[in-house]
Amino acid sequence: MPSLKDLRNRIASVKSTRKITRAMQLVSASKLKRAQEAAEAARPYAEKMQGVLANLAVGIAGQAGAPKLLAGTGRDDNHLLVVMTADRGLCGGFNTNIVKLARQHIQSLQREGKKVKILCVGRKGRDQLKRQFASMIIGTVELGGVRRLGFSNVQPIAKQVLDRFDAGEVDVVTLFYARFKSVISQIPTALRLIPAEVPKGTKTADLKGGAYDYEPDEQDILTELLPRNVAIQIFRALLENQASEQGARMAAMDAATRNAGDVIAALSTKYNRSRQAQITKELIEIISGAEAL
Amino acid sequence: MAKMHFDLVSPERLLISAEVDQVDVPGSEGDFGVFAGHAPVMTTLRPGVLSIVTAGRSPEKFFVRGGFAEVTLQGLTVLAEEAMPMAELNAATLDQRIQNAEEDITDAKDAAARDRAQTTLNQLRELRSALG
Repeated sequence: MPSLKDLRNRIASVKSTRKITRAMQLVSASKLKRAQEAAEAARPYAEKMQGVLANLAVGIAGQAGAPKLLAGTGRDDNHLLVVMTADRGLCGGFNTNIVKLARQHIQSLQREGKKVKILCVGRKGRDQLKRQFASMIIGTVELGGVRRLGFSNVQPIAKQVLDRFDAGEVDVVTLFYARFKSVISQIPTALRLIPAEVPKGTKTADLKGGAYDYEPDEQDILTELLPRNVAIQIFRALLENQASEQGARMAAMDAATRNAGDVIAALSTKYNRSRQAQITKELIEIISGAEAL
Repeated sequence: MAKMHFDLVSPERLLISAEVDQVDVPGSEGDFGVFAGHAPVMTTLRPGVLSIVTAGRSPEKFFVRGGFAEVTLQGLTVLAEEAMPMAELNAATLDQRIQNAEEDITDAKDAAARDRAQTTLNQLRELRSALG
């Protein structure tokens, strides 16, 4: 039986925990709003880009000499996985879910005898993957210091990916991130970045049998557009990820706040009961003492 | 006059989506004007000024850098790596771009990349002198 003082201390400590979790929830809520707006603002560009790419891909796919970023290197022995997670924890299953998906992917690739390399964006993902796949991690990018993610923050990551591809180190690049669906639902997603994947149902412009004039020619445009598309997709994934992170944290902290409230209620009841029991006991002692005289 | 649909988007946001009469686009192989019913064209952009003409209003001008313009039967879509209203463009930001371009030249690994960076730099300088 804990003493009254112990109970009081525990109640005080749970109360201060609740204050912290509530503050974190509120902070996430306001960050979420901004992150969500940014993610939504980035969608038109990414979608238009895919539309343009789809248009071009239809014309050029299958031809000899199609750019490697679109057609692939013809091999799939070396895989690069870009795993995007948060730099901070306390956001429920957010980081774990992304890492879990990546891990499944890595294991199935290993079974097929492929070589796997991992590029981590965000510290938490690296920490979790390091335990099992330390030798495969080729680098980590931390965006912790970035307050507002701009397109310029993404260029170095894209450059790293493209340089490795150009050097022939990797054949297939896959992106892992959490797609933001709603505050309570973020979906871990794997997106194949290279060779470029044109999602089904992408709207392509209807030219009514006409054809584009290309200025400069098709090949030049594609060689400019494809690397840019890589950067755009990474940018978009990062923005979605940020919104997801805040959403996950908000939900997790909301649950924690509520849980702390429950614990406080239970402890308070226990505290009041034992205080009452003690008072009753003292009274009985006094009364029975007086009767004995 | 027939209107056409025009979208100007940068990676960070959608700047304009409207029905307009005419848009002058700084293409990498020369400026060109687009009206409704223009033949389908796909072109890269050079850093420059894009102006939008709508009847009864003064033309809107935007600074665009890097990206693509796509003309389809539905209208014109400009995907710019960077886009901002001319009013927000000042000499300092442009100087910054010029400096970046100069660094690109020193960083360039092969002749083709250096060529591209040099072209960008020249275009930026031209724009800078026009701005005064």
